Amino acid sequence: MPSESTPAPVPTATGAPGPDADPNRSLEVGLDALQTNAPARRKRLGVWPLLAPVLAIAGLIGVWQLFVMSGVRPRYIVPGPMDVLTQAGAAWARGDIQTALMTSMERGLVGFAVSVVIATPIGILVARVRWVRLAFGPIITGLQVLPSVAWVPAAILWFGLTNATAYFVILMGAIPSIVNGLVAGVDHVPPLYRRVGRVLGAGPVAQVRHVVLPAALPGYVAGLKQGWAFSWRSLMAAEIIAVGGAIGFGLGSMLQQGREIQDMTIVAVAILLILVVGILVELLVFGPLERRLQRRRGLAAETAR
Amino acid sequence: MTSTTSASPAATLERPAGDAVRLQGVSKRYADGPVILDGIDLQIPRGAFVCLVGASGCGKSTLLNIIAGLEPPSVGEVHVEGDGAALMFQESALLPWLTARRNVELALRLRGVGRADRRARAEDLLELVHLGGAGDKAVHELSGGMRQRVALARSLAQERDVLLMDEPFGALDAITRDLLHDELERVWRATGRTVVFVTHNVREAVRLGQRVLLMSSRPGRIVREWDVDVTGERYIEAPAVANLAKEITGHLRGEIRRHAV
Repeated sequence: MPSESTPAPVPTATGAPGPDADPNRSLEVGLDALQTNAPARRKRLGVWPLLAPVLAIAGLIGVWQLFVMSGVRPRYIVPGPMDVLTQAGAAWARGDIQTALMTSMERGLVGFAVSVVIATPIGILVARVRWVRLAFGPIITGLQVLPSVAWVPAAILWFGLTNATAYFVILMGAIPSIVNGLVAGVDHVPPLYRRVGRVLGAGPVAQVRHVVLPAALPGYVAGLKQGWAFSWRSLMAAEIIAVGGAIGFGLGSMLQQGREIQDMTIVAVAILLILVVGILVELLVFGPLERRLQRRRGLAAETAR
Repeated sequence: MTSTTSASPAATLERPAGDAVRLQGVSKRYADGPVILDGIDLQIPRGAFVCLVGASGCGKSTLLNIIAGLEPPSVGEVHVEGDGAALMFQESALLPWLTARRNVELALRLRGVGRADRRARAEDLLELVHLGGAGDKAVHELSGGMRQRVALARSLAQERDVLLMDEPFGALDAITRDLLHDELERVWRATGRTVVFVTHNVREAVRLGQRVLLMSSRPGRIVREWDVDVTGERYIEAPAVANLAKEITGHLRGEIRRHAV
């Protein structure tokens, strides 16, 4: 409901309804102006959205540095921020960081894209066809709960130390989440919208295309986000466990390499990179996508300011 | 542009005679539940404005759904001119991910209107409900009255001869509702549609309809009907409107009392 407290927008057609003044017309214009929300002016938050996380990170690094300087633990077990930075520079010079990032990102993106292509039609079928849901719904929910790391040993036995192992684990991580997100989204479509579709003459296909899918989009995006998180995690697990052969050098492999040569700085660099990729994907992809969806549908949170 | 003249509905008279809606012995009952509708006979001539009043739960909405073809009658025959009827709900039922104009365009698109025509025709329809400048607004940016006008434009976009309205102004404030009465009357005269308007508000029915039908509850039957020939300007406070509304309300109360046993 439109809140009454918002100021009316710029007065349109104030008292000047034209020569053939129809009292109804001006009443209507007045009502429309009064009852419409002023175009929500976004509160200017200034530099805080940027500054606050930077300060938080700086604080955390400071605590880390103090802990290292206190000497409770030796440097080779807990290296300081500068040690890690130096190692990052060296790893960049060796080309390790570039290789690892490229390998893992490519697998993550391709694997995720394939998951979306496979999961979306499955999701529509499960949501819309009764017997499919009865038969496969519980299995898919179960698969979502199963940590996809559990597939790594099986994948290595089936596919050996190849890219196929990495992709298989990604698919098993992402597909159930995307399917379930889409099904939940479809289940929450208000029945009124479907009636509208029927009244407007939509056949089954048009109904899915113009009513059900757009209405289910928020649930679908939530599923995509979770699917991405699951596939990224399981990819890291797969890369840690499956090292060597034709499987290439990813971020997980870098982590495992650091452990093997007992260099904590390499481990720290790898962990930070994995974290940074996760944050960037949220900041650049899912965050804006969700905000756009919500703003467009008038669901933008007025809270959390 | 006086939308509320008493002029005889010339548009109606000029049209060829014939019924836009014809129901014969229509009854409805879900499984072994109670009888919802019982033997409804109804003939609505082309271009007429008919209001259906009754207490809550008298099957008004079920009757509309049957005329709209959303559910079949258990017994009886339904004939609706053209390809069926357009239906407007109490909630505007606009799709929130589309702008006002896109909502109207969707109705055109589902009817097979080409992309090139859609935009212009949607603009025209929005202009008709005096929302020419609001086409690009998101649904949540519109007030309740504006949403119902967009919904009206969307129903008109269906290009059906018969427009069914299920308490479309029930959730609006009084001033907006009175205004929309005038708007609806104007649009009805301009487009020559046949309107079947369901409401529990007797005054609204008398304000709008040429004919008012009173339905009984459980089972739903059409028990009485009135021709509204109020001369002079028709508005909700007009004495002639109030008098007839009083009479009809008396009968409606009688119908409700029958269930007091």
